Amino acid sequence: MYVAVKGGEEAIDNAHGLLAHERRGPVSVPDLSPDQIENQLALAVDRVMAEGSLYDPALAALAIKQSRGDLIEAIFLVRAFRTTLPRFGNGEPVDTSAMAIERRISATFKDLPGGQVLGPTFDYTHRLIDFMLAAGVTPPAPAEVETDFEATPRVTDLLDGQGLIEAELPDDTAEVGDLTRAPLDFPADRDLRLQALARGDEGFLLALGYSTQRGYGRTHPFVGEIRFGEVMAEFVPEELGFAVPLGPVTLTECQMVNQFHGSAELPPQFTRGYGLVFGQSERKAMAMSLVDRALRTREFGEDITAPAQDEEFVLSHCDNVQATGFVEHLKLPHYVDFQAELGLVRKMRSEYAARQQELKEAAE
Amino acid sequence: MRHEANGAKPAIDPDIAARQAVMATCTGATAAELEHALQGLGEAPSASDLRGTENGLVMLRGRMGGDGRAFNLGEATVTRAAVRLDDGRTGFAYQLGRDTAKARIAAILDALWQGPERAAVESVLTPIRDRIAGEAAAKARRVAATRVNFFTMVRGED
Repeated sequence: MYVAVKGGEEAIDNAHGLLAHERRGPVSVPDLSPDQIENQLALAVDRVMAEGSLYDPALAALAIKQSRGDLIEAIFLVRAFRTTLPRFGNGEPVDTSAMAIERRISATFKDLPGGQVLGPTFDYTHRLIDFMLAAGVTPPAPAEVETDFEATPRVTDLLDGQGLIEAELPDDTAEVGDLTRAPLDFPADRDLRLQALARGDEGFLLALGYSTQRGYGRTHPFVGEIRFGEVMAEFVPEELGFAVPLGPVTLTECQMVNQFHGSAELPPQFTRGYGLVFGQSERKAMAMSLVDRALRTREFGEDITAPAQDEEFVLSHCDNVQATGFVEHLKLPHYVDFQAELGLVRKMRSEYAARQQELKEAAE
Repeated sequence: MRHEANGAKPAIDPDIAARQAVMATCTGATAAELEHALQGLGEAPSASDLRGTENGLVMLRGRMGGDGRAFNLGEATVTRAAVRLDDGRTGFAYQLGRDTAKARIAAILDALWQGPERAAVESVLTPIRDRIAGEAAAKARRVAATRVNFFTMVRGED
């Protein structure tokens, strides 16, 4: 219960003034531009876009500046911004097989069309602090190799023909659920689950994915493929009737391939978990694909024994804006609730004391 | 032309495919580049708004497993502009981002492209197209340098 409490306006104004002052920091240090954040803290920008569920690098960079680098606060700002805009419609599903690859690796096939391409990765670095960065050293130009455009088919397409891997069936007549338009209902179909996971908290999904690896809903995963790069976003406006290229968006995709023993209806085959995330967000895409597969228990007649398999648990708690809202509301004034509880505890204590006194007298 | 190569599926109709390519160039251009391109066509045509230029959202979609049923991935900010030239031609632009001035120029170029100015529009857009293609090619070369070339180690003696 909240009650209207008057007063504090001046303190609030001054607190926001102080926040702006602290955000700027000492004026002897140059002001940070959103442009610098967008280009030099690009992975933070990607995370804010993914979990803010809004593709707009410049806006995400500004949100990071405004939030002083508190990414959940930045995500909150981006989510609030999107509610101010009208929706023109739904884009065409992106074609990730036509991606301009910036990284593409497979842990299941060494030699595959398009090859293993490492791209800009932290993998194989020694995780030693690089003090040269503090000195502002310009890095040498990266190596270049002449290349022809080479098709990079999805790894899962390579095995699909043999039925060894579960096939996905496109069905464009099916209604696509949207959790921003209708509240989540359980059981939730996979389209809604993937939407929730795509905007879900990276840390929460990482922990859940990890839990499946440690035996809480084990799925025997292999990384079939991870790729990131640009795909063209497209939209068919009613007045034009053809797909308009909106511009390139950077996405990370993870195809997890999981063991499955088969059932009475299905021969043994590999099943799949899928991750697709805005920006270069490999850890998130991998975690998403692990959790996606874990949540497919109904399809495969698996028992729900672990948190990562419980869709109500996962989907109700993966949104960090909702989570932070409910956790942080505890700091709002609860004066009246607390006074009521205090009175109750006092009453119970006096009853307890009276009982103790009675027992003591009876014993004497 | 890697940029065009990742433009997913060009329309079958060559006229529409060419119009899509112009739109892709305009969305990849900077505001300054588009302004310069419009100036390159001579006197700016007068255009009225068919609909106010505005920021909005498009829900981007993915497919389960990359090729299965569609799902909502998340929204993107998109700016749209719709203009009518004095001769009645209409032009449209839908572009990622929030740059209304750039979208409106793109809509004017789209309208001009549909008439006798087609070749001129293509010509003023060529430097932009080349810049985008050049950057994409340079990026592709840098990425290609990180491709793994496996070789097999021979161990022991035969």
